[in-house]
Amino acid sequence: MELLLFLILFPALMGFVFLVFPNNKARDVMVALAALVIIAATVIFFLQNYGAGTVIYEIEPGAVSTAMMAIEVVLALGVLYLAAKYRQWIVGALVVVGTGVALYAETLFTGPEHLNNLFVDEFTLIMAMIIGVIGSLICIFATGYMRDYHGHHKEIADKRKGFFFLLFVFLSAMFGVVFSNNMFWLFFFWEITTLCSFLLIGYAWDEEAQKNAFWALLLNLLGGLGFGATFLYLAFIDPSGDLVMLDSLIAAGPAIAMIPAALIGFAGLAKAAQMPFSSWLLGAMIAPTPVSALLHSSTMVKAGVYVIVRFAPIYDASFVGFLIALVGGFTFLLASGIAISQSNAKRVLAWSTIANLGLIVTCAGIGNAAAVWAAILLIVFHAIAKSLLFLCTGTVEHRIGSRDIEDMGGLISILPKVTIMMIIGIAGMFLAPFGMLISKWAALRAFLDTPYGIVAVILIAFGSAVTLFFWTKWMGKLLQVAWKPEPKREGEVSAAELYSLTTLSAGVIAICLGFPLLSSIVVEPFLEGIYGIGASLGDQNIAIMLMMMVVVFILPLSLIFFRRNPKMIPHYVGGRTETGDMHFAGSMGMQRKVLLSNYYFEGIFGEAKLGKAGNILCTLFIVAIGIVLATGVIA
Amino acid sequence: MANITKSPWIIHYDGSSCNGCDIEVLACLTPLYDIERFGIINTGNPKHADIFLITGGINYQNVDIVKNTYEQMVDPKVVVAVGICATSGGVFRECYNIMGGVNEVIPVDVYVPGCAVRPEAIIDGVVQALGILEEKRAQLEKEQGGAKK
Amino acid sequence: MINPFIGAILFVILAPLLGGLVAGIDRKVTAHMQGRVGPPVLQPFYDILKLFEKESVVVRPEINFYIFCYLVFLVITGAIFYAGEDILLVIFALTLAHVFLVIAAFASSSPYAHVGAERELLMMMAVEPMLILAAAGMYMTTGSFFVSDIIDHQSMGGGLLVLSIPLLFIGIVYILTIKLRKSPFDISTSHHAHQELVKGLTTEFAGPTLGMYEIAHLYETVFLLGFVWLFFAGAPLLGIVVVAVVYFLEILIDNTNTRAKWQFALRSAWLVALVTGIINLGALVVL
Repeated sequence: MELLLFLILFPALMGFVFLVFPNNKARDVMVALAALVIIAATVIFFLQNYGAGTVIYEIEPGAVSTAMMAIEVVLALGVLYLAAKYRQWIVGALVVVGTGVALYAETLFTGPEHLNNLFVDEFTLIMAMIIGVIGSLICIFATGYMRDYHGHHKEIADKRKGFFFLLFVFLSAMFGVVFSNNMFWLFFFWEITTLCSFLLIGYAWDEEAQKNAFWALLLNLLGGLGFGATFLYLAFIDPSGDLVMLDSLIAAGPAIAMIPAALIGFAGLAKAAQMPFSSWLLGAMIAPTPVSALLHSSTMVKAGVYVIVRFAPIYDASFVGFLIALVGGFTFLLASGIAISQSNAKRVLAWSTIANLGLIVTCAGIGNAAAVWAAILLIVFHAIAKSLLFLCTGTVEHRIGSRDIEDMGGLISILPKVTIMMIIGIAGMFLAPFGMLISKWAALRAFLDTPYGIVAVILIAFGSAVTLFFWTKWMGKLLQVAWKPEPKREGEVSAAELYSLTTLSAGVIAICLGFPLLSSIVVEPFLEGIYGIGASLGDQNIAIMLMMMVVVFILPLSLIFFRRNPKMIPHYVGGRTETGDMHFAGSMGMQRKVLLSNYYFEGIFGEAKLGKAGNILCTLFIVAIGIVLATGVIA
Repeated sequence: MANITKSPWIIHYDGSSCNGCDIEVLACLTPLYDIERFGIINTGNPKHADIFLITGGINYQNVDIVKNTYEQMVDPKVVVAVGICATSGGVFRECYNIMGGVNEVIPVDVYVPGCAVRPEAIIDGVVQALGILEEKRAQLEKEQGGAKK
Repeated sequence: MINPFIGAILFVILAPLLGGLVAGIDRKVTAHMQGRVGPPVLQPFYDILKLFEKESVVVRPEINFYIFCYLVFLVITGAIFYAGEDILLVIFALTLAHVFLVIAAFASSSPYAHVGAERELLMMMAVEPMLILAAAGMYMTTGSFFVSDIIDHQSMGGGLLVLSIPLLFIGIVYILTIKLRKSPFDISTSHHAHQELVKGLTTEFAGPTLGMYEIAHLYETVFLLGFVWLFFAGAPLLGIVVVAVVYFLEILIDNTNTRAKWQFALRSAWLVALVTGIINLGALVVL
């Protein structure tokens, strides 16, 4: 109990400390220490609770709820002020409506006060681990990164105090989201994550940053209306307030919970940047890299999929669930396609995040035990591999001055350690026998057992082929070394950055090796609690996967043999003489550079084309959900 | 052990030939002569090739390319100069732009004179080259064996 | 069913021999189609042995490592398949192997190999949906992803797989042309005397490196033929005949078609996968 409150309150408290702490080495050390404390607390919390099943924590809501309301009003006024100042009228209207509805709905519930406001179960524990460990590592990384950032961007005002404040408050809010059983509380923390991300995206606060920040705010507030509508609906059908508790709502079953599930699913889709809401996450790339890493891996979008996966049992075998799965499935396919056409590493990562979240949403929409198993493992694998990739990209960007994949040719010889970690991250995203693929595999099996599953199977079959393309070409680019490689420049990477990267890489490998354990002690009990059956891949398959993993780690030893005094000759360039540094003798006695570029297929996978198609399709699906619910055809 | 003689892959380079010999080289691939009977394949890639067939003399423009192509080939390898021009420069000998036969630039193992050279002669030349190829292979093996000890 | 380990071990030992013979017969048949005598049937073995007689020369030492990984994972792919394990795992292992091949080509940083690598990736992207959909069809028919169960289901009176998923079988035959690197889809690299872009992704592989690549291709051929056979596993002998016919068809296609553009390869493979997948899987759901 104390530890749970500590996790929610401590990061916020530290945030306030950093708000007044001067920008110096001592603050960076403090940040690192605070992050380590959070990691330790999360791990202890996990170890204390993993066998316990669902535990409800009782808290007197009175004072807490009032305080939350007060904060909500203050924040709403703050946003209103900003919206007015920058003439963002829609944002202003959404704030007024969203906060107003929530406050009004709260007065509608007349029943006795409920005490079961906080809870922990296995899924929460996993989310807490992701937030606590990965989020904290990103904070540590940020200390080194932000120092560099302001070195590179002199024109941007140094607001690092506020930056670290927001990072830590963000972590608190995320803990709040996953621990809340009372949906009013959940909504409170939900809106705080929206606000934090708004401010973090707008960190540079130039014209583009403002525009993107407000756009993110707008879409997320729009999604947040889903909560407001849920509250009104719940007040209408049962004013006692029982159903405002997440556990009783889900236990109530599809007959009652379908409409709230769809409404909250809508909020989740917006937050998880599914099409047609995906544009805010792309715009968020304007923020410093640690923010991107945080938004994409451990927080924000994960809150979106968290609520959707929570409601998976309600979606199970329903038409609404199927439509949500379609939104996710098409987002997966089209976002993966768009990633092919991107050369900016951060945009590739952003589209791939949207795609993977799409896959998670598909699993949740299908909603049977096996699909949820896949979804939860996807959340874990994605969080850790994606944060690693973002942080690597950020590190690389500061070293080579570009985040374009085309400029990363032969990076393995310039920054070997960072590149190897990047490759671990990429492999974790799509290759057997690493993480994500295991979930994709499980998802395929899960879909085949459901009536409309083959639609999702076809979407995944094509989507995963597309995924393969853009990851492999990136990996290939990194390993494309000239005959005479460029010298190493690794020494310039700061210790804080290297520490976070190494830990995360170790984490990727550990989670890939240890996922059967994770599955058996946490995920399967969770599923048994809900569906009465567990789900996993067969033991035999896991054994083969682990065997392949071992082979992957043993094979590099063969390099010792292959590296032994090899005879090396330059590339073949049509018979022209080539110098080792990728120049060849062109015509008229000119030395020309060999330029190698990847394929992008703008014509087939262009962002404008596929993005538009996806937005229209997914909007139609969401409208269809609305029509299905409105006409009462609840399957 | 002498698999190399059963599977000699060729790269063909046209120096400053009049294309007469080139046509004859290609004729070797046709059903009539079918050099694939001997496992011979015309690869376009020096890194895969064992035999370097050159037609035509060497001029100042292509000298680097001939050298580079030769260097790109992996040992053991042999060079066959096909046609009188490749052998000595032929009618172009002492022309302002011609350096002479192939042996001016890289070591040649087999000379196949003729203008244009007949396909039978080319095949005969290649078969002779196989003997040299085998010798070179044995030599290489001995060297490498020696290096290991 | 036979012991899974025996299947795997037999594959590891026999596949290169069988694959070499198939390749040899392929070249002989091709030659006859062109009115030539052609090389001896054992020619592929001579070629590979020769490659190991050549000196080891590389552009970068890592390339040998990547190609070695390619070989190892192709062997693992086939071994898992012939051991009767999960077919999705087989497909994923195949992908892993090819990723190593593509990386080897990338790592040679040669313009020709680079284009070859991109094209090979494209071809992988073209082929993968069909493979996964075929696996899905097998699961929907037999209720299991395990190769051994799929065979058992057929031999225990479940009927030949091809009868319930005929369209997927056609789709697999279509992409087989891509996988076997036959014309019109020998886009990333080609066999024997075919040339374009020098030698595509294998341009910078010389001597033993190329030898490892060739051996891997033999393993892959045998694995792919096994995949085709699986559709007829209920009648093993008929299956072998069908495999022979399909392979002959591939040779015929190889010899009567010119190389297509990658756009056509990608679009047609995806279209085939989409059409056969939707119709055949849809039919399985409805019926």
